[in-house]
Amino acid sequence: MSIKNANRKTYYESIIESGYSRRDFMKFTTYMAAFMGLESSMVGQVVKAMETKKRIPVIWEHFQECTGCSESFIRSDHPLVADLILENISLDYSDTLMAASGHNAEEAKQESMKENYGNYILVVEGAIPMKDDGVYCTIAGRSAIDILKESAAGAAAIITFGSCSAWGGIQAAYPNPTGSVPVDAIIKDKPIIRVPGCPPIGEVMTGVIMHYATFGVLPQLDSLGRPKQFYAKRVHDSCYRRPYFDAGLFAESFDSQEAKDGHCLYKLGCRGPVTYNACGTMGWNNGVSFPIKSGYPCIGCSEPDFWDNSPFTERLENVPGMGIEATADKIGKIVVGAAIGGAVIHSIATNIAKKKELREAEECGEENEKNIKA
Amino acid sequence: MANRIVIDPITRIEGHLRVEAEIKDGKVVDAYTSSTMIRGMEKIVQGRDPRDVWAFVQRTCGVCTTVHAIASIRSVEDALDIVIPPNAEITRNIVTIAHAMQDHVVHFYHLHALDWVDVTQVLSADPKATSELAQSISKWHNSSPGYFADVKERIKKFVESGQLGIFAKGYWGHKAMKLPAEVNLMAVAHYLEALEWQKEIVKVHTILGGKNPHPHFLVGGMASPINLDGAGGLNMERLAYVGQLLKDAHKFINEVYVPDLLAIASFYKDWGAIGDSKFNNYLSYGDLPTDNYRNPASFKWPQGVILNGDISKVHPVDLENTSEIQEFVNKSWYDYSGGKENGLHPWEGETNINYTGPKPPFEHLDIDKEYSFLKTPRWQGKPMEVGPLSRMLVGYASGKPEFKNVVDGALKALDVPVTALFSTLGRTAARGLESKLLADWGLEFYDKLIANIKNGDTRMANLEKWEPKTWPKEAKGVGYMEAPRGGLAHWIVIKDGKTDNYQMVVPTTWNASPRDPKGQMSAYESALIGTPIEDPNNPVEILRTIHSFDPCLACAVHLYDEHGKHVSQIQIGGSCSI
Repeated sequence: MSIKNANRKTYYESIIESGYSRRDFMKFTTYMAAFMGLESSMVGQVVKAMETKKRIPVIWEHFQECTGCSESFIRSDHPLVADLILENISLDYSDTLMAASGHNAEEAKQESMKENYGNYILVVEGAIPMKDDGVYCTIAGRSAIDILKESAAGAAAIITFGSCSAWGGIQAAYPNPTGSVPVDAIIKDKPIIRVPGCPPIGEVMTGVIMHYATFGVLPQLDSLGRPKQFYAKRVHDSCYRRPYFDAGLFAESFDSQEAKDGHCLYKLGCRGPVTYNACGTMGWNNGVSFPIKSGYPCIGCSEPDFWDNSPFTERLENVPGMGIEATADKIGKIVVGAAIGGAVIHSIATNIAKKKELREAEECGEENEKNIKA
Repeated sequence: MANRIVIDPITRIEGHLRVEAEIKDGKVVDAYTSSTMIRGMEKIVQGRDPRDVWAFVQRTCGVCTTVHAIASIRSVEDALDIVIPPNAEITRNIVTIAHAMQDHVVHFYHLHALDWVDVTQVLSADPKATSELAQSISKWHNSSPGYFADVKERIKKFVESGQLGIFAKGYWGHKAMKLPAEVNLMAVAHYLEALEWQKEIVKVHTILGGKNPHPHFLVGGMASPINLDGAGGLNMERLAYVGQLLKDAHKFINEVYVPDLLAIASFYKDWGAIGDSKFNNYLSYGDLPTDNYRNPASFKWPQGVILNGDISKVHPVDLENTSEIQEFVNKSWYDYSGGKENGLHPWEGETNINYTGPKPPFEHLDIDKEYSFLKTPRWQGKPMEVGPLSRMLVGYASGKPEFKNVVDGALKALDVPVTALFSTLGRTAARGLESKLLADWGLEFYDKLIANIKNGDTRMANLEKWEPKTWPKEAKGVGYMEAPRGGLAHWIVIKDGKTDNYQMVVPTTWNASPRDPKGQMSAYESALIGTPIEDPNNPVEILRTIHSFDPCLACAVHLYDEHGKHVSQIQIGGSCSI
């Protein structure tokens, strides 16, 4: 899926196309400069800016969320967020970071959406509660559902940051008290880029935006709408403890000698074998570590419905949420069972090749386990 | 005639907060604060493995990304009578301290500063004069005229682009903005530096918990084992990394944050007489054990309550006493099985959602009826303020020298009386002064961790009661801690190895809740009364006071989540009866 952003116009082009003259444009820039508190000697520079290509406008909506995705975004090391928002994008609405509040904030958003209709990127953080006319999340007296529909209408594309807007997230975990759904349950006519994770890695978030700002096209997506460059591999494939899995060396409990020696955490519930994410390849917070490296198994936070695949410290094949019978001992069956049962890891169920690979890895691990027991 | 203004959304906070305030003769005469989002977290964790609950409730807030997890594991450990090893206790303290420092700095520069700092004034600042100013208050290295000239140029270029992004429609040129241009330039330069620093200090969490936001935790200790001679745990390189980050944090807080805070505060001393809670009751559960969590006397942040601003006395707090802490729902979108006027201790807590507010889209809330997704907690029937100010006051009133030194030092530097602490300015200042203490304590706990490992103790977890079969059939516990925004506690009831009831009373619930059955306001509403408003269309003054509490609304709302068998009735037209 590729959306060209070459059609973004400069202010000058838009004004001329609307039938105004160069003279009108000059007058407008003079007013603008005065409005921004600039000295008259700077009018020339404002003119130049308005004739120059604009930074991509970004509207960032928050619904049912914890702001963890915004926090992760500002953790980005490359690019730095200050550089991104000052030089690459124009973050025209973000209720975490923007200076204005209340009606000033709403006006800023409305103006940007109108002016950049069809050309802005909509970022959504958080799920949308559908139950009871949306009363469980209102902003400025309006329901999240209404706000999303309005903001999506003029968006060139939508980026769903985090597992909440991508899959429904924690509020959609059983019994989903407020009827929460992800963005694509409501918006059907726009390209949606899923960037799941609870939260996603900071550099993954800025990476997706920078890709669009730099190359002018959306990144290539997999069948579930996730950028391939970050979600093509399972955490298991890139895990530094993987050799121990292959060798059948497992930690049986936390703080054990095996855990201290870096053995595989599969038996402590690691979801690495069924989780597509960049934790193993990129690491967190500029590559410092990732959960498995710091001693705790992956909980699969970028996968759909991962919250209901708990207990997290129960090894995968024993997890009731995976929808298998007690007799089942192969992850391949888990996947099939899950697809039927609805507690689905779509990413695997829809990808035969990966499923096969996963089954082989599991069988290999089990074989190794048997050997070790013997 | 009174004029009702609505600010929704309140930005630069976590979550969704709405304020309705009545203005008369240029002052706020009445105020209602409402939380307008709910997810159902307590209901969602019901029936789950108590060893998993930390991960769920951690998602209550991604800003307070460690605090709910810590309160949760402590509640389970309390219920199951698990004492964690010293390394785990110290490591959790280091996690808490790193988080509080990061959170306070982000709050000051990125969430609160734009209420006091006029970004557009940067364009008229003299970089040389700014440099002289910066060097007169701190030895921080980024202070040359060239450095400030570069920052100014960068902002100029940004403004000239015509796309003001997050700075569009800010309160620029507002009469309430009082800083000289040079202070504005210095503050904006540090806004950008703080944005870079905050992503560094959280690496403490990445090392000890695998990632940030939302690092991983473990019931019984910490997951990251210590192994000085192996490849799977904390070795000297990992430990030294933590130590270096804590050292850098100490420098940033002492050389950037605290000097900036005092410099900016000196232009806004009038805010030392605005925004107090009127009731002036302050609650701190206390935290940061130097011995162990079971021994509150060993806490760096002491425990206690101050009543009516009387700092000559600190009253004891008992979180298990069912008559001390209670939550009310008389003005909240919930019902209680025993009637809406009663208060319930969290172990007996219920959260049956019953939304009676207007159907969206709406202009105004019906303040005569229920108006928030927040419940109203009270201590012995009294409203309490929680947060850094409460902690600093309880520490000060307890006579702890560390607290006395920093508080008295700041009062002297600003030349304001001790009563100025009970204010918007006091709240904002307390956060910075507390950071100074935290920066010292971080290094102290790091040394303690190294010393303990050196003594041969490498245990990081107590897993004697890891398996549910070792648990009693029924158990209940409370886990508390001091989050950046104030005292936080989770109450759990465990039955047959599963979570039977889970209730959270979070800092913003104390501060932002609606009125109680006696009509008493909570801290946000009460603090707004009397706030001067220069321009009702641009009420930056309300933001100053609200932001001084550092709101964290998703935290507050998820409280409202359901508990009990009748939850499914929520589906019926938003009303739910027990």
